[in-house]
Amino acid sequence: MRQAITNFMQAKIFWPLVALVLLLLINFIIIPGFFHITVKNGHLFGSLIDILNRVIPLLVIAIGMTLVIAMEGIDISVGSVLAITAAAAAALIDTTSVPIAIVLALVIGLICGLWNGILVAYFEIQPMIATLILMTVGRGIAQLITGGQILTINNEAYGYVGKGFLLGLPFAIYIGAAVFVITLLLKKKTALGLFLESIGSNMASSKFAGVQPKKIILIVYMISGICAAIAGILVSSNVSSADANNAGLWIELDAILAVVIGGTSMRGGRFYLGGTVIGALFIQTLSTTIYSMGIKPEITMVIKAIVVISVCLMQSEEFRKLVKQTPLKKKVSEA
Amino acid sequence: MYAEYLLKAEKLSKTFPGVKALSNVDFGLRKGEIHSLMGENGAGKSTLIKVLTGIYEKDHGQIFLGDQLINPGSAEEAQRLGISTVYQEVNLCENLSVAENIFIGREPQRKGKIDWKEMYRKADLLLKEKLNIEIDVKQTLSSYSTAIQQMVAIARAVDISCGVLILDEPTSSLDQNEVKKLFEIMRHLKSKGMGIVFVSHFLDQVFEISDRITVLRNGHLIGEYQTSQLTRTELVSKMIGKQWGESAQAQKKQRIKIEKTGFLRTNRLEKKGSINPINLSIGKGEVLGLAGLLGSGRTEVAKLLFGIDASDDGVLVINQEQIKSMNPKLSIEKGLGFCPEDRKVEGIVGELTIRENIMLALQTKKGIFNFIPMKEQKVIAQKYIDLLSIKTPSMEQRIENLSGGNQQKVILARWLATKPQLLILDEPTRGIDVGSKLEIRNLILDLAAEGMSILFISAELEEMVACCDRVLVLRDRYQIGQLEGEQMSVSTIMEMIAEGAGES
Repeated sequence: MRQAITNFMQAKIFWPLVALVLLLLINFIIIPGFFHITVKNGHLFGSLIDILNRVIPLLVIAIGMTLVIAMEGIDISVGSVLAITAAAAAALIDTTSVPIAIVLALVIGLICGLWNGILVAYFEIQPMIATLILMTVGRGIAQLITGGQILTINNEAYGYVGKGFLLGLPFAIYIGAAVFVITLLLKKKTALGLFLESIGSNMASSKFAGVQPKKIILIVYMISGICAAIAGILVSSNVSSADANNAGLWIELDAILAVVIGGTSMRGGRFYLGGTVIGALFIQTLSTTIYSMGIKPEITMVIKAIVVISVCLMQSEEFRKLVKQTPLKKKVSEA
Repeated sequence: MYAEYLLKAEKLSKTFPGVKALSNVDFGLRKGEIHSLMGENGAGKSTLIKVLTGIYEKDHGQIFLGDQLINPGSAEEAQRLGISTVYQEVNLCENLSVAENIFIGREPQRKGKIDWKEMYRKADLLLKEKLNIEIDVKQTLSSYSTAIQQMVAIARAVDISCGVLILDEPTSSLDQNEVKKLFEIMRHLKSKGMGIVFVSHFLDQVFEISDRITVLRNGHLIGEYQTSQLTRTELVSKMIGKQWGESAQAQKKQRIKIEKTGFLRTNRLEKKGSINPINLSIGKGEVLGLAGLLGSGRTEVAKLLFGIDASDDGVLVINQEQIKSMNPKLSIEKGLGFCPEDRKVEGIVGELTIRENIMLALQTKKGIFNFIPMKEQKVIAQKYIDLLSIKTPSMEQRIENLSGGNQQKVILARWLATKPQLLILDEPTRGIDVGSKLEIRNLILDLAAEGMSILFISAELEEMVACCDRVLVLRDRYQIGQLEGEQMSVSTIMEMIAEGAGES
């Protein structure tokens, strides 16, 4: 039993989980009714459900980002890809059916990922720079699609994706869960997980062992593109519009943060999908908390920054060592 | 008191944790001479250079520059004193101009601003007068060949130096003409009274250019010799030395008759600038050795066969099938395995577990969607951990935590798990303890007896003689001959490395 506890404490997921629980606890104390869930028209409502519902676009993008970061890459274009696919779906809805619009939006996300992947894998451009191109250009493309306007969507079937309920829960939650499960299966039931961690840990050794890094890199950026497209569909469906300028703005940063809080190192190697889920939930809970506590908007970013820094410090082994050593040092100097 | 010497080091010692890198080494560089520093890997050449140039602090000993006792604490200080070094990798800024590279950090100035005109003029003059080359010094360095870049590095060193120039493997990335040009420059500098320390793995070059040779082995000074009074064989045997004893316990290869239809065959396979045309064939169950000094092209041959490097000409045939362009994945599919020389960089995947490291190549062979179930993975991993007696508490340990010998065994296990028909082993016993060494050596013989072909590369000639049916000898990136059966012994291999096959 004690061994199990020590093992759990050493698991990467331990500290992010502690942070999330702490945050929920604070909410429980400060905000009355935070854990309260009511049933209206057969739908569940409450802060927790709200958090779960709102986190999905970030979660889906963060899952794709986890795979990218596992092989020492980064994809900062996801926010722009979200905007492009949201705009594309909104523009297509009027002329085609909902399923075709959704499939086409996913294909566009796939092509965006392919573009990133080719730049990184075959032209060996640094991931940050390669995806920066699409990050900058992407919003322009999205604006071209929307014609500089905010496109509004009046389609009930499309709206169901981001606003509908299934068995009492928001439909988006099912999508988020599906993305997570599929990715987890990819990790556990194919060799993708092994190859990713191998490439991220030692690219040269992987090559010598027959792993084909270029192909894997390409595939992973494409997955990241699809994830961004799913998020784009969810966002545009949820707000019934596509805003080329503001949809998914800065979401890449939150996604990277979620991955890192979840315990995956930016240096690549081991990756933790479960950790990423916790990380994304943490970020969303934090935002919700800040809003519901009525903190002035001008200082919300500061609060967020402080909390995030604390979580990162908690995760740092060096920092924990320092904290543990400090009392000792004092004793020595006193003596 | 040492008027004869430009640079004189006495009884230098340097210890790193666990290794005595230099013990009581003397070294003397005279005015107007080119002095080669020779020794195999780990002999202490680079440690000696780094102590002389202040990068490492010496534990004991004295260094004199002229008749002045010096104790350089950094490379900058050594440079200020007049000892300049040009390293193997060109240490310059490719995106700056030639002139900027030469004068970086000491640009001629006027009124607090860089005097560009003066800088270009001086750079031009320096290259013309000292090195006898004429190039546009305003161009960026990257627009010139490696050879010219090397010359610029030398120009910079010569300009700073006041007599002592150290060239560490300057020729390893140069072609023959470029080497010729470099040697002209070295002779030119020598005639002006400069002392040059030359480090190279190329025997021919050492004999061509140097006046004296100092040989190191395992951190000890073996001796200083006049080049004219030393034969190649003597030099090689001084460098390699003889390590008998341990080989006595090892089994000896039962030599077999090589089948005419070999498993793998090459015809004038080559990669320009890396390895000259090579013809080899490996039969089923045969152990073929590749012998030669470091830098002779042994590893390059292995990388070419396995498809890490692409060949630019020649034919590679595996099992009667001609392979147009090889890559590692195809290699594995065709039944090849490759244990690379640099275990840390090219072998292990440090963050992953022993099990994962063992499974990696087999998994790539099976493909990404044909995942090997965990149960089966555990069985396979355990089988090879037992077979190779890998010492670890669990197969879920990170491979990083194992000793060198055990890491090497894991890499061997990785390849054995793919059931290869040809296993390429590049220095599989380097840097590991004697016990593991013997185990690996015996394993090679067992595998060959079961019908596996093995291409074996090792710097230890006794090991080669004990294990191989046949040995191909390489020198300076040329295949120069082969030895088999009774002809094959440490001394005949050594002779061939030194003197060539005789016909040339």
